[in-house]
Parts: sequence; C-alpha cells; structure tokens
Amino acid sequence: MNARTDTAVLQSTQNAAEHHLSNAHLDALEEETIFILREVAAAFERPALLFSGGKDSLVMLKCAEKAFGVGRIPYPLLMIDTGHNFPEVTEFRDRRAKELQAELIVRSVEDSMKRGTVRLAHPGESRNAHQSVTLLEAIEEFRFDALIGGARRDEEKARAKERIFSHRDSFGQWQPKAQRPELWTLFNTRLQPGEHFRVFPISNWTELDVWQYIAREHIALPSIYYTHRREVVERRGLLVPVTDLTPPREGEQVVIRDVRFRTVGDITCTCPVASDAATPEDIVIETLKADLSERGATRMDDKTSEASMEKRKKDGYF
Amino acid sequence: MEALKFITCGSVDDGKSTLIGRLLVDSKAVLQDHLAGVQRQGETDLALLTDGLSAEREQGITIDVAYRYFSTEARKFIIGDAPGHEQYTRNMVTAASSADAAVVLVDATKLPWQDAGLALLPQTRRHSLLLKLLRVPSIVFAVNKLDAVADSALAYAHIRGALDRFAAEAGISVVATVPVSALKGWNVVDAATDEHWCGYTGPTLLQILEDLPVTQADAGLPLSFPVQWVEKFSSSSDTTQGRRVFWGRVATGRASVGQTIRVLPSGQTAVVAQVLTHVRAPGEVNANHGAGIVLDREVDVSRGDWLYADSAAETLQSQRQVRATVAWLDDEPLVPGRVYWALHGHRWVKAKVQRIVHKLDIHTLAEQDATQLEPNAIGHIELALQEPLLTLPYSQSRTLGALVLVDTASHKTSGAVMVL
Repeated sequence: MNARTDTAVLQSTQNAAEHHLSNAHLDALEEETIFILREVAAAFERPALLFSGGKDSLVMLKCAEKAFGVGRIPYPLLMIDTGHNFPEVTEFRDRRAKELQAELIVRSVEDSMKRGTVRLAHPGESRNAHQSVTLLEAIEEFRFDALIGGARRDEEKARAKERIFSHRDSFGQWQPKAQRPELWTLFNTRLQPGEHFRVFPISNWTELDVWQYIAREHIALPSIYYTHRREVVERRGLLVPVTDLTPPREGEQVVIRDVRFRTVGDITCTCPVASDAATPEDIVIETLKADLSERGATRMDDKTSEASMEKRKKDGYF
Repeated sequence: MEALKFITCGSVDDGKSTLIGRLLVDSKAVLQDHLAGVQRQGETDLALLTDGLSAEREQGITIDVAYRYFSTEARKFIIGDAPGHEQYTRNMVTAASSADAAVVLVDATKLPWQDAGLALLPQTRRHSLLLKLLRVPSIVFAVNKLDAVADSALAYAHIRGALDRFAAEAGISVVATVPVSALKGWNVVDAATDEHWCGYTGPTLLQILEDLPVTQADAGLPLSFPVQWVEKFSSSSDTTQGRRVFWGRVATGRASVGQTIRVLPSGQTAVVAQVLTHVRAPGEVNANHGAGIVLDREVDVSRGDWLYADSAAETLQSQRQVRATVAWLDDEPLVPGRVYWALHGHRWVKAKVQRIVHKLDIHTLAEQDATQLEPNAIGHIELALQEPLLTLPYSQSRTLGALVLVDTASHKTSGAVMVL
C-alpha cells in the first residue's frame, strides 16, 4: 500500500468531490467514446448496441445520447436475455430504451434452448456462457456487421489485449494472435461476408471512471447497484444472493445483509458485496478503498480457470 | 489533468513486466485477487500480472500490446505494454502510435558498465529510434537492475553517459534518465531507501510521469477536418436551417464560425455557419477534439472528404504521389507493384507501391537496398494514389501525415505509413 496514492485520492475525493469528479480525464474518455460511436454509425451498414441495463451499457448509452440526441441513435439496442436477469434490471432496461426512443431487440437463451442450439449440462447450469450461441444467432438473423459492447480493458487480462475494433471471423471467434494492429485512430473496419466486428467504445474506462462519470452526469441506475437488504448465503468467500434460481444449499445459513451489486449479470453467477453505499459518490469512495477486483469479488464463472475469459471470447463471447 | 498514455519498451528479461507490476502494485492498482493469481511457490511474480494470453504465459513472453490502468492523486495513467523482441516490432509501433510518452528500459547487468565508453545494446537503440520515428513526445530512460551490479553509482554514471551520447548523436530528446530497481521498488513509485543511491537525487519514475504533458496538437497549422460521419435531418426544424452536420475530429488548426473552407475532393467552397463540440454544444473547437460543422450552403460532402481552410490551399498538399516511411506489419512481405487500400483520416483510396526506395536498418536507420520489406521491417517507399489525399509530412502533422495500408485480399492491416 502506498501513502502517495490511495489515501491521497481518497482524501481529495472526500474533501473536494466536486473537483475530483470534474476531472479532465472524464471529458477525454467521453470524447473518445463518442468518436467511436460515430465511427460505427458511419463505417458499418447494420450495427447494433448491446444493452443489458447494467452500468457500463448505461454509461455507453449516455454517450450515445450525447453523440446523437434522443430519438436519433442510429442503431438498435440488442439484449441477449438469459432468462435469469434481476427484474430491477430488465425493468430499467425497457424504461431507458423507451426514454431514448430507441428500438430494443431482445433475443433469449431460452428460445435457443427450445431450438436445441443451446443444451445445458444440467438444469441449474449458468447460462452466461451460452449467451454466445444466442448472440451469434441474432447476428445471423439480423445480419449485424458490428456489435457495440461495454467491455472494459481493466476488467480482465484477456480483455486488456483486445482492440477497440475487434474483428470476428464467420464463426464469431476472436483470434487473439491474429489481431489487426490498431494505429493512431485509423480503424480498419474492412470485412469479408459473414464476418463482423465487436466494438468497445469504453475500452479505456476503469471501474472508477465509470462511477465518477455516473456521479458527474447523474446517470440513473437500477436500484440494486446501491445498498439494499438482501437474503444471502456465504459460499467460498462470496455472498450468494438467495433467489428461486439460487436457493441455499444444504447446511448453508441464510443471513440478511446490506449489499450492493458491482456488476449485474446472470443471477446464477453474480454476487453482491457487503456495502452501505447509497449514492454514486459513496461508491467512488468504496471503489478507491476496494481490494478485490470487480470480477473477483462478484463473478463465480471467472474463477473456474485463469484463462476462462480468453477461452470464452475465442468461442464468440463478449 | 488528462490521462497520460505511455508505453514501456524493453524485453521481459530487462524487467519490463516487473517494472509495470511494481508501478501497479505500489500505486495499489492491483487488487488482492489478481495478486493471489500471480503467486508461484509462495513468491509474487510481478511479471505474471501483465501477460494475459495463455500462449504468453506458456512461452513466458509478451506477444501483444496489453493496456493497464492505474491512477495517483495527480492523474490517471494508461500503460501500453508492448513486447520488446525484434519480431514484435509491429506491436511496438502500434502502441507507440498513440502514446504521449515512452519509458525505455535499459538492463544494467547486460552492459559492460565498468567501461566509461560502453556501447548500448542494439535493442535500446532500436526502441529509441522507433519512438523518434513515430514522434512519441516524451522519452524517459529507466536504467534497471542497478541493485544487482557491484558499483551502482559507477554503473549508472557510465550508462547514463552512453545514453546521452547516443541521444545526442541520433537527435533524440530525452526527458529524464532514472536509475531504478524494479525488483526492489527503488525510484519507481517510492524513492530508493538509500537517499543518494547511484548519486541520484531526482524524482522517481512515477513523479516524472505525473508531470509529463499529453501529446500537443500540431500547432500553427490552418484548419483541416476529415469528415467522419454525415448527420442528415429529415425535418428542417431539427437544426439551424435544416442543414447537414459534418462530424469528425479537427486534425489541425481550429474550427470556428465564419471561416471559408474548401472541400476535398470536390473543390467547392463554403462558409462555416455553425460549429458544435463533440456533445453538440455550440463553440469553437481546437485540433484533436471532436466537432460538428454546419456550412452556409449545400455542397457535395460525404464521409471521407476533408474540409480545410481555403487560405491553406498552399500549405496543405493535395497529392497523388506520396513518399513515405513504412513500418511493415503483415506476415506477407511488401512487394513493389502491389495495390493496397490506404486509409487516411476517414478516406479509403487504392494505393500502388511504386517502388521501395530503400530499407532502413532498424538499429541505426542506415539505408540499405531492398526488393521487398519483410514483416517488422521499416523502409522508405513511393506510393501512387488513385485519388489525391490532403497530406503533410508526419513530422509536421500526425493526422495528416499518417496512413495505414490494408491488404485488399486478406483485409489485414499491413503497413503503418508516415509521409515524408
């Protein structure tokens, strides 16, 4: 731990939240994101913006609103529904799409299961990784040539290596060893038929940047991002929410805790953290103090193997 | 303060990954779960923090550029961690193209440090020359592993002398030279425990980085603006006079209302009626920032066209023949006579490689005869363009002077071109 950095940042946040939150670096990030969002609008014929209702996609959508204006976002929003979403998030997603007068396309993993293109190993299996199949089916259905996603490079080691305009072959696969060099801001968006791009306009944002921007821009989020009382069980160092899909296991004790979600994904693999942070500013401060990463503290699926994200991305995952 | 994008040059052996690990750990940018992931036999291997792909962990080398983030009280940093081996020169070129600064790592244990007239390793020369070629604004030398030599002060003095001589001879301006021990954490984030270690009393590497400027726009040039996206309005009530808005990033100069501009390629002129910032607010916009431009009359403008100050017609060269430095990125060699796609601003044109003037020795920049350019090679070439482009030498403008070549068959990004 180093005195020059964390405590100092913390101090300046607490003493002068206003100053810290208006950092020039947020303007630069916003500008870069908007540049990329416009580039997609111009360079592709059938792009879509992946929208989950989560904080990263809401930040992206805020930038899209600033870039294009309400009712003028030049691509549809696409949601891949695992059927295991937190209701607060789904509700929020629909409301936000309506506010922006944006077209919302929802494709669900359950439909893929009915078609037989997704087979679960067992009924309780997380559907997170299976989203790739449904996503690739949606790409084929709408012939999307670019999908804008809210992934950030600070999330995970494989993502740290991915380009902003990331080429996918006709099987939707990422080829980490054959990435196109990305020089200056000259983006090579040339495609062969059947291929597409994944585009990550908030690649250079960190979790802290996202929260600072949410605070600065007063971006509304689903309520579960802030502290609330919830029934949980403690399992392998994580707080697992008790839901119909994730009932307590034999011998586990259900407790009530003040928690918030740092990330919201599939219910079966997303865990909250203990927190009493009620505002974005509180979360900025908590993030500065955090000693576990966003994924490490909350995602059961990434713990399986060190290379699990790289493997999933090669299979077409976001 | 704006975030600083810097790259680190050196190979794993030089302690590059350890240095980055040290910056991240000592500035508390690495969280416990990530640290736990890099414990091997109870020891923390800082290098494992940065090698993200399984092939990299298997081979113990860095293959591709990884981006890392950390921040201090003063500013946010983005590290482009580029591989140092010669066969990955292309990745270093990629990372350097958008960097505000570079830290070149020099391994003291690999040099005959007892010798006052010592020569640097070829890779130090190569990295520095590439940075100069790409115009990375600030270069910092970090002399590493000085804790592992018998006489640290003498070694540092001799190595610094060699770096100074090389920089002067190659015309490279160096912001600072710092003695560090990435392994021990000396002069990286915190000062060395021994106050006068290596006879150095200057700032630590992090303190130097905190004060470096971000890349400045190329000053003193007239307005030029590549059109990225044309926003059309169906109803005239949407914007002033219902005209189209041309969005993009100002390449040089400043966009302001009342300027007379000329359009490339149509040659038509118009007056700027309105300027919007990247978030659609009215205002003047400087180079390197996003803008929307509305013109006073309907002229033929589409994505890829350029708007530029009418008064600048003489400064800016609209040309169909370009002589340039190229860094070759593709596995397929560059051969004269082939036609590629060239991307300049947002404009795609066909470009034929007329001849390879010569190849540059990447250790000395000496000119050599060549019939083709292999992957990772750098050379001078002549391009014939299907349509004229608005260019300036890269030494004057990074945006007007930069192109990429794309293979028309594989669609790979094949060459990084800097106009001479």
